[in-house]
Amino acid sequence: MNIIVCIKQVPNTTDVKIDPVTNTLIREGVESVINPFDAYAIEEAVRLKERCGGKVTVLTMGPPQAENALREALALGCDEAVLVSDRKFAGSDTWATSYTLAAAIRKIGDFDVILCGKQASDGDTAQVGPGISAHLDIPQVTYVKKIEEISGTVAKVERMTEEGYDVVETPLPCLFTVVKEINTPRLPSLKGMMRAKSAKPLKWTAEDIEADPAALGLDGSPTRVIKIFTPEQRKGGEMLKGDTADISKELVELLKDLVI
Amino acid sequence: MASITISLDKCNGCTICLKACPFGAIHMANKKAVIDMAACTLCGACAEVCKFSAIEIKEDSGQKKDLTAYRDVWVFCEQKKCVVQSISFELLGEGRKLADKLGVKLCAVILGSGIEALAEELAERGADRIYLVDHPALKSFQDEPYTEVLVKLAEEYKPEAILCGATTIGRSLVSRVAIKINAGLTADCTELDIDLKERLLLQTRPAFGGNIMATIITPNHRPQMATVRHKVMQEAGIEKGRKAEVIKKSYPEEVFKSRTRLLDIVEEIGETVNLSEADIIVSGGRGMGGKEGLALVGELAKALGGAVGASRSAVDADWIPYSHQVGQTGKTVCPKLYIACGISGQIQHLIGMQSAKVIVAINKDPDAPIFKIATYGIVGDVFDIVPALTKEFKRVLKK
Repeated sequence: MNIIVCIKQVPNTTDVKIDPVTNTLIREGVESVINPFDAYAIEEAVRLKERCGGKVTVLTMGPPQAENALREALALGCDEAVLVSDRKFAGSDTWATSYTLAAAIRKIGDFDVILCGKQASDGDTAQVGPGISAHLDIPQVTYVKKIEEISGTVAKVERMTEEGYDVVETPLPCLFTVVKEINTPRLPSLKGMMRAKSAKPLKWTAEDIEADPAALGLDGSPTRVIKIFTPEQRKGGEMLKGDTADISKELVELLKDLVI
Repeated sequence: MASITISLDKCNGCTICLKACPFGAIHMANKKAVIDMAACTLCGACAEVCKFSAIEIKEDSGQKKDLTAYRDVWVFCEQKKCVVQSISFELLGEGRKLADKLGVKLCAVILGSGIEALAEELAERGADRIYLVDHPALKSFQDEPYTEVLVKLAEEYKPEAILCGATTIGRSLVSRVAIKINAGLTADCTELDIDLKERLLLQTRPAFGGNIMATIITPNHRPQMATVRHKVMQEAGIEKGRKAEVIKKSYPEEVFKSRTRLLDIVEEIGETVNLSEADIIVSGGRGMGGKEGLALVGELAKALGGAVGASRSAVDADWIPYSHQVGQTGKTVCPKLYIACGISGQIQHLIGMQSAKVIVAINKDPDAPIFKIATYGIVGDVFDIVPALTKEFKRVLKK
């Protein structure tokens, strides 16, 4: 079974802080990490390989330093890594990003399953996974919380919904986006880390993936960001003091109109 | 290829662009701003703040397309088991305002099986026209037939904007549709407006976990598509007896084909109230100590008719299923009232609930970060205060 897992390098949200004086983002000391949701996609890819045999190719689009994210994925058990990187990709929205990744996947060629995290923690769009499957015209199942059964040609999965979950059967190849509940990611092994250190990820440009230049980057993106601003920070309010009985009465009185 | 340049003549080294760049892609060299091209995403935040017009973004913006054929604001209305979901009423409420500003019709799109009776409800909620597609294959949501039908409708009737809920169904569906019809799509909007001069939909949404807000437009593609966060927009009111034009469409069988097959729909017992739809959420964290402690949270939620949420640590300790998790790796919620019991307020949790209207925090640690954003804070023992609140609410609500 050939598995492709798509990942994104993101700034660690925990580190992103707002400067209280200038009201802007403080970027210093913000490290780059693999998008937290992609860790579940990587783990599931490696588990599928352990279950069915085959190989896992990890794919990312980003600046040259995104190579670090690929090495981390290799240390976690992925077999091959591809970085698509080109100045021409700058300014890509989700349309152009999914187009570019789909083109890279076509170049990788043979695949049965594509795995993505449900969304990235910086943009939070959840649009690139389904975008890739739309570009490739393959079926998709989003918010997958369990792969119940999988064989060479068909899979049965559980898709998380607001009320519970759906059980969905799909032919392969198919794209899944996965949620946290699907697994508990392992730590990198020593052997994996050694291998990752010496591995050489493939590096592809726009030309390598035979992409239409008009569909790339800012030019290929229907949307434009016209304004970025810091939201007003929520301020702490009132602290209620007194014994439990007083506090309860006071709070219930304050909230009465809200709950009735 | 698009490019960004800084005019060295115009740049006076004021560094305002450094602070404006959300990607840390600008630094100073010889008192002039320099852009790190590997990190720059051409978002334009720097060009906007530059007081000296020193930063210029150029794009190969081919021919400006004629977009005048696109009219009307559409709302994709979700139904489950032939019940229109509340998010759809919120979208109709917001859609009405946008359509009025543009001077166009508000249209509802509804797909399902045996749903003809729902048209009346959508008319009473403000839709001027309803596109209704009724077919057994559309009974429950499936990506492919829903995508195909929505694509067909949009291609034939050419709306200028399509709104859809940022739900599991909505995000899955319109992400696919936007690719197929080459439309711009903005996720999880919390504010929408119209630029009347250019007839543009101004879409504002949080990014970086709510640390920054971005306003996004789709200048040269139609329709302009957006998913909208639940519980942010106000529901459309009901105007009894209001009528709308209903357009029933049918398509050849192949349009309804699906490669995926829905085998079963499982509703999980215990989760009586859907977190993202709840007006009131009571959440428990590590401070609740275990399953028994969390049961106190459940009792308070029940007394208030609300849903039960949890922090990541409560979920990771297996006290409660993942479907209750609020925060970065769980759900983003926006209730009227959020009561956090024994939750310290890690940034990842705050990301998921800080847009709640009123936040109450109960924690024994006076320095817990949750108090920094709570409308009302109580420093004390959760095992003491939570049951007392339950009792007091029960007493008051009984009246």
